[in-house]
Amino acid sequence: MDRVSVQTNVLKANQEIATENRRFFEGEGTVVINLMSAPGAGKTSLLEATIRELRGRYRLAVIEGDLQTDLDSRRIQALGTRSHQITTGTVCHLDARMVARALAEFPVQGLDLLVIENVGNLICPASYDLGESLRVVICSVAEGAEKPKKYPVMFHKADVVLLNKTDLAAASGVDLRDLETNVKEVNPKATVFAVSCKTGIGLDSWVAWLRDAIASRIIAATART
Amino acid sequence: MHELSIAQSIIEIAEAKAREENSRCIQTIRIRLGEFTTVVREALEFAFEVARRETLAETARLEIEDVPMVLRCVACGSVTDPVREVCLICPQCGLPLEVVSGEELQVEYIEVESEAERV
Repeated sequence: MDRVSVQTNVLKANQEIATENRRFFEGEGTVVINLMSAPGAGKTSLLEATIRELRGRYRLAVIEGDLQTDLDSRRIQALGTRSHQITTGTVCHLDARMVARALAEFPVQGLDLLVIENVGNLICPASYDLGESLRVVICSVAEGAEKPKKYPVMFHKADVVLLNKTDLAAASGVDLRDLETNVKEVNPKATVFAVSCKTGIGLDSWVAWLRDAIASRIIAATART
Repeated sequence: MHELSIAQSIIEIAEAKAREENSRCIQTIRIRLGEFTTVVREALEFAFEVARRETLAETARLEIEDVPMVLRCVACGSVTDPVREVCLICPQCGLPLEVVSGEELQVEYIEVESEAERV
């Protein structure tokens, strides 16, 4: 029997395609968000609320990932924003290749912001880099204050954590401060916003932050050319 | 349950290496699996049994080396090992901790049939 050293990251193939995606997005000066959460935390609602604030001022598009149906993509299109649906069948996450394939049939040249809404799942999507510039994770307060502790890898890798459905905090028996403390314990560097897509509370801070992120990307892209 | 895709990636990497070695039969695949990944050992072992069919790893054994999570404070140097509950704030000085190990997901080596065994 011969032993042969391999020393290869299992996710290397995904990483290579993600790097190509990232190079393309950076060349276009596009901010790309990988939006992740458990099913039903409010990814599409947050996206709708964000689009309402940004449309007209920025060139936006959305890629939706779901196991089945194009319902989410139609919700985005109803706002007048271009959207492309990836249906994964049984696969519980998006990977870089699925995004690369989507880009081949859904032109995203010259965008300011592309949001990729991942499959609702707090586990698997955490492992797959898509080539995004920002990882945004939504946790609804109705899920309970312990979610970040139970799914630490997902929250650890987030750049931004949005605590959604804050209007339900009292009804859910969740202290928002406990939830935020748990986020900070698994990810001390995360930028955290408490919001409610239903009442609109807190959305202005998130949108202002996102505008700054887009502006700095546009400045960086202009400086390169 | 993304362990099936993970198992397929492990086998693809192992097969590519085996082909480089002109081997048609992988006997062992050794991986390092960090505690702070989203991969569950038992689910991966099960997925491997399914994924190896009709590949060069059809009869291969999957050896998994568990890598525990270790945290260290960049500021004061204090080390948390073992990590009972994930908390990345230093208990000594309150600054963020860095993950020293536990994020590994790597194929270490394969064992293939040697020339002598093939004859």
